[in-house]
Amino acid sequence: MAKTEVSASDTEELNSLFLRELRLVPEWEKIKLCIQCGTCTASCPTSWAMDIKPREIMGLFRAGRLDKVLQSNAVWICASCYSCTVRCPSGVKVSDVMYALRAVGIKHGLLPKGEKYPALAKAFAKVVDKYGRNAESELLARYYLRSDPLGLGKQLPLGLRLLRRGRLALLPKGIRGREDIEKMMTELEREDRG
Amino acid sequence: MKEYTYYPGCSAEASGRAYDISARNVAQALGIDLVELPDWNCCGATTYLSVDAERAMALSARNLALAESRGSDLVAICSGCFSMLSKANHRMAANGELKGKIDRALHAAGLEYKGTTRVRHLLDVLVNDVGEGAIRDSVEKDLKGLKVAAYYGCQLSRPKGMFDDPEFPTSLDRLLSWFGAEPVSYPVKAKCCGGMLMTSQSEVCERLVQKLLSAAVGAGAECIATICPLCQINLEGYQKQINKAFGTRLDIPVFYFTQLMGLAMGMGEKELRLSDNLTPSGAIAARC
Repeated sequence: MAKTEVSASDTEELNSLFLRELRLVPEWEKIKLCIQCGTCTASCPTSWAMDIKPREIMGLFRAGRLDKVLQSNAVWICASCYSCTVRCPSGVKVSDVMYALRAVGIKHGLLPKGEKYPALAKAFAKVVDKYGRNAESELLARYYLRSDPLGLGKQLPLGLRLLRRGRLALLPKGIRGREDIEKMMTELEREDRG
Repeated sequence: MKEYTYYPGCSAEASGRAYDISARNVAQALGIDLVELPDWNCCGATTYLSVDAERAMALSARNLALAESRGSDLVAICSGCFSMLSKANHRMAANGELKGKIDRALHAAGLEYKGTTRVRHLLDVLVNDVGEGAIRDSVEKDLKGLKVAAYYGCQLSRPKGMFDDPEFPTSLDRLLSWFGAEPVSYPVKAKCCGGMLMTSQSEVCERLVQKLLSAAVGAGAECIATICPLCQINLEGYQKQINKAFGTRLDIPVFYFTQLMGLAMGMGEKELRLSDNLTPSGAIAARC
């Protein structure tokens, strides 16, 4: 279940998680230069479906309200099209900020109620960690059965049409490099702990 | 034959199989040797990047490292792979701390990445390396004024605009015109298809796709050419669903751009796998 109350220690943890993710974005400091012009919101193809708009997200970040941002659906409705990023007059990489916010939401467990993308993203990471590549059928089975059984019914006709044309691989194909990937991820985790 | 290292991406193994097959055949006929990167892994994609950026970068870095030892450009056919592999390159070049950490992870797997792999999209290679002359020479059956909406989507040219304009790209329009097709005026050509939102937010995504399809039909296009497997499936796989939701009557063929190229080069079903397409392609294939 999604959390709704956020304590002071949570706020601190959220800020530090966010900063960690954000610092991976080149020129991340430019987030401070937002002039609240709204070009991001106006350029966004999905802002009409967001409860908090991209411009407001930048404002809430500066007001120290990451908790409110993370509980909005906006972070998960961003389709990573980079329209905001190429148009922002202050050079804020809005799409990359959204990626950082999604990762913080998943790590901290602070997610909007009913939003399905986090489960999809987690299932994707699990499948790739396991096989080294995405296995479309297993990903969709994991996601729909666990998180969106009704959605499965809606997707089934398309699934069957793809299957008839041989466009669905039912068995995942692992790669030899799975071991490489495991070693790499273990090393990243070791450094994070140490 | 000029050699490139080829990165098919995960979609190429199943839903985007016809893209992979047609890309390999078209490239070969144009004197380009796409040598598949041995044992490549998932690039990380937008989805893993939403879970953990460092781990996603590490996934891309393994591919970049494997490609570096081969010494030729790494060519992707999926815009998502192209974008993610490029992003990993840019981020590692801009951030020594991140590069150091990824280097240590690579080292743990016996790999090393100096940072020299150049990531390309196949469209870039065809338009800018092969070029107009050689491509016009390869035409066997002119596309005879076929009206095509050239659809680029987002992650090919944004955010960096590495080989085309970020908001109004033209390379695919030019390429199609070299085959005798007539690209229609399609102002939404670089607007978003919603990508993975078709799975998690289908109502939002259907609206985006409906606009793209209706604009193509409205512009007089007989078909749409795509350069990304996810765009292709979003544009062709949900037309029935969209017609039901919006009361439209959309039924427009959606091709991988390499399939249209192959038709003009005289190729058939074996080389292009048109039977994989969910939208009717027969009438157009018969005209070529």
